[in-house]
Amino acid sequence: MYLIVRKTLTLLVGAFAASFVVFCCLAVLPGNAAEVALGTNATPDAVARLSEEFGTDRPLLTQYADWALGLLHGDFGTSYVTHEPIGPRVADRFGVTLWLVAGGMLVALLIALPAGVLSAAWHRKPRGTLLSALSQAGIAVPAFLAGLLLVYVFAVRAGALPAGGYVPLAEDPGEWARHLVLPCLSLGLVQGAALSRYVRSAVLSVQRQDYMRTARAKGARRWAALCRHGLPNAAVPVLTVLGLQLSALLVGAIVVERVFVIPGLGDLLLRAVADRDLLLIQGVVTVLVVAVLVVNLLTDVLYRVVDPRLRSR
Amino acid sequence: MTLPPRRTSALLLGCALLAGTLAGCGSGSGRQSGDALTVGLVAEPATLDFSGTDGAAIPQALLGNVYEGLVRVDQQGRIQPQLAEKYERSADGLTYTFHLRKNVKFTNGAPFTADDAVFSIDQVKTRWKLKVAQQMAVVDKAVKVNADTVAVTLKHPSNNWLYAMTSRIGAMYSRTGVGDLKNHPVGTGPFTVGSWQRGDKLILRRNADYWGVKPQLNQVSLKYFKDAGALNNAMLAGDVNVVGAVQAPETLSRFADKSRFQVIDGSSTAEVVLSMNNSRKPFIDKRVRQAVRYGIDHEALLKTARFGRGTLIGSQEAPTDPWYAGDSNRVPYDPAKAKQLVKDAGAEGTVLKMRIPNLPYAVSAAQIVKDQLAQVGLKADIEPLEFPARWLSEVFNKADYDLSIIAHSEPRDQWIFADPSYYFRYDKPAYADLLKQADAGPPQEESDRYRAALRMLSQDAAADWLYLMPNLMVADAKLQGLPVNQVGEGLEFAGVRWSGK
Repeated sequence: MYLIVRKTLTLLVGAFAASFVVFCCLAVLPGNAAEVALGTNATPDAVARLSEEFGTDRPLLTQYADWALGLLHGDFGTSYVTHEPIGPRVADRFGVTLWLVAGGMLVALLIALPAGVLSAAWHRKPRGTLLSALSQAGIAVPAFLAGLLLVYVFAVRAGALPAGGYVPLAEDPGEWARHLVLPCLSLGLVQGAALSRYVRSAVLSVQRQDYMRTARAKGARRWAALCRHGLPNAAVPVLTVLGLQLSALLVGAIVVERVFVIPGLGDLLLRAVADRDLLLIQGVVTVLVVAVLVVNLLTDVLYRVVDPRLRSR
Repeated sequence: MTLPPRRTSALLLGCALLAGTLAGCGSGSGRQSGDALTVGLVAEPATLDFSGTDGAAIPQALLGNVYEGLVRVDQQGRIQPQLAEKYERSADGLTYTFHLRKNVKFTNGAPFTADDAVFSIDQVKTRWKLKVAQQMAVVDKAVKVNADTVAVTLKHPSNNWLYAMTSRIGAMYSRTGVGDLKNHPVGTGPFTVGSWQRGDKLILRRNADYWGVKPQLNQVSLKYFKDAGALNNAMLAGDVNVVGAVQAPETLSRFADKSRFQVIDGSSTAEVVLSMNNSRKPFIDKRVRQAVRYGIDHEALLKTARFGRGTLIGSQEAPTDPWYAGDSNRVPYDPAKAKQLVKDAGAEGTVLKMRIPNLPYAVSAAQIVKDQLAQVGLKADIEPLEFPARWLSEVFNKADYDLSIIAHSEPRDQWIFADPSYYFRYDKPAYADLLKQADAGPPQEESDRYRAALRMLSQDAAADWLYLMPNLMVADAKLQGLPVNQVGEGLEFAGVRWSGK
């Protein structure tokens, strides 16, 4: 319990520190929201007037303090450009990205666990080497390239799946799933390839342990020994990588959303940066930072579930 | 060691299940026909209210579809009546009398009357904050004569004003329909806004009570893509029926199958201008500006950078402008003359800051311009700036540049060279005077005066005009009636239909 409180406090401090750093970076970025909103219709007068209306003419620290105080009350503020409240908009988009990340993770696990375990078990055989080589090749493919290739094969050539777009789950579950297949595959394939390397090396290292030899000596068959004694021990290092990969998936989702025209958080963030919509950028980044920190927290908690030795500490 | 047979079969079963899911997804794909149309576009509106938010995307979606004006501009660039059946201009040019169409209804059920027309014109002056609203400043007053006649009095005669009334500022609003313009626009047009999913699509539905010829389409979905490649893929996969704007002409080869696709190559009003900073060295010297114009092989540039798609122009004009002078303002490619001009001006070896927006058309043209200028003794350093924010801040607002490349897409925007504070920093009172006379003079002399002004602009080399953007679209081969030329601000769908229906 103490651990969770401590970790949560670290999380909050981390989130605010990150938001401040982001704010400072944005402050030195050339261009501002009023200039972008007015475009080629801008006059110095109009820019000044609109900046005043937006509140971007105030000192930066005041702007940050206002935003941070609002956030403490759960208020993400209002977008400069669209005048919409930011909280609901970010929440809406975050839901989309979560589905994408969850689907990508599922694909990655479905690939990595069997591929990793098998290539470790067969590591002296040609088929083990083949699996290993395939995963190496998989790591080398960037997610957006995988996405473009998948679109070409399944959407453009075969016409079996849509090339992009998104349908909310509540609107039509079947279409929702159809639209998520290719994006989740392109996110998951690459991550799965990388993850299978870690699974392989974790399984390889537990196979050399004394307790595995003991289990075999007691008459357990090789696969039974691996499943009962080996895999639980291999899970700890894999879990660490899994936590890191979830964060990587969030980042990867930003690129994949662009390729597949999915209205998720990444799409919102890119647009907000182009518009110099400071508060919206802040909102998105804060949500992303909190999501990564929460994943880390969950990983820490899961260690203790998987490894009883850590519970006493 | 091998897998026990039981496990092998489990694995196979798993694979089969996965394959089954994929294959099962093949049914019920998004390909459409019948009465619905899906159009893929690249820039999404920030709101649905062009009275409060700038940007071309809002009028593109709404003008002519949801909103209509008293007058409109046709495919040849001429002004035609719309909600006004006819209109008269008084002899002194100060008063326009509009006779409104009867039996026109807004989509909120209210009838369209002279009161609404007066309200719409007045609110542009009182409520709109955008710069486009300044075009309405010339109006002294708008008065209701009777239920279907409106008289508009101007402070001074202005031909531009009537043209401006075909743009978004001339849109007719219902007095009782302006409560939530950002999300629920109310107009008299052939379509009404059905639903809007931000970041994805805007759906227009047929207006069942439309006063004119009812559209064949009952639904038009405008789908917004951030990535031009993704838009092309959606077209190839049949998810969209029209690519509203082809960003890269080199991708047209993917749509070569004539049984499935048609390519629409019309005229637009977007002049791709090689802007020169007229207020600082070396372009303060007219000879250096002329050298740039003679030193660029425009035909080669259009071929290399745009696969030949586009129109070569020599001034701030488009073929759909009534005063378009054909090729007469263009400058021949003459590198020897350019070299001499640079030498005469003592500008050999000058290093130029070429600060361009990081847009594909600008980047591809910049390389060619740089190479060709190097051959006549000018050295351009290309610096791509993030568009829009950074380019607007540094080049457009601070004019910290020597050369830039950008498409000026507004129709009839020759006025941008008359404002010395505009980023060209071109200060020529004689040009501004000619524009004023063209605006205030009799309509029959308007074209001659504009022609003279644009000729002056070209001879003075206020900028170089690389080419006019084509209005390039890809559409399903069975679609008819898509507007070929981009003349006004709206992309109109009222006349679009599926053939064989």
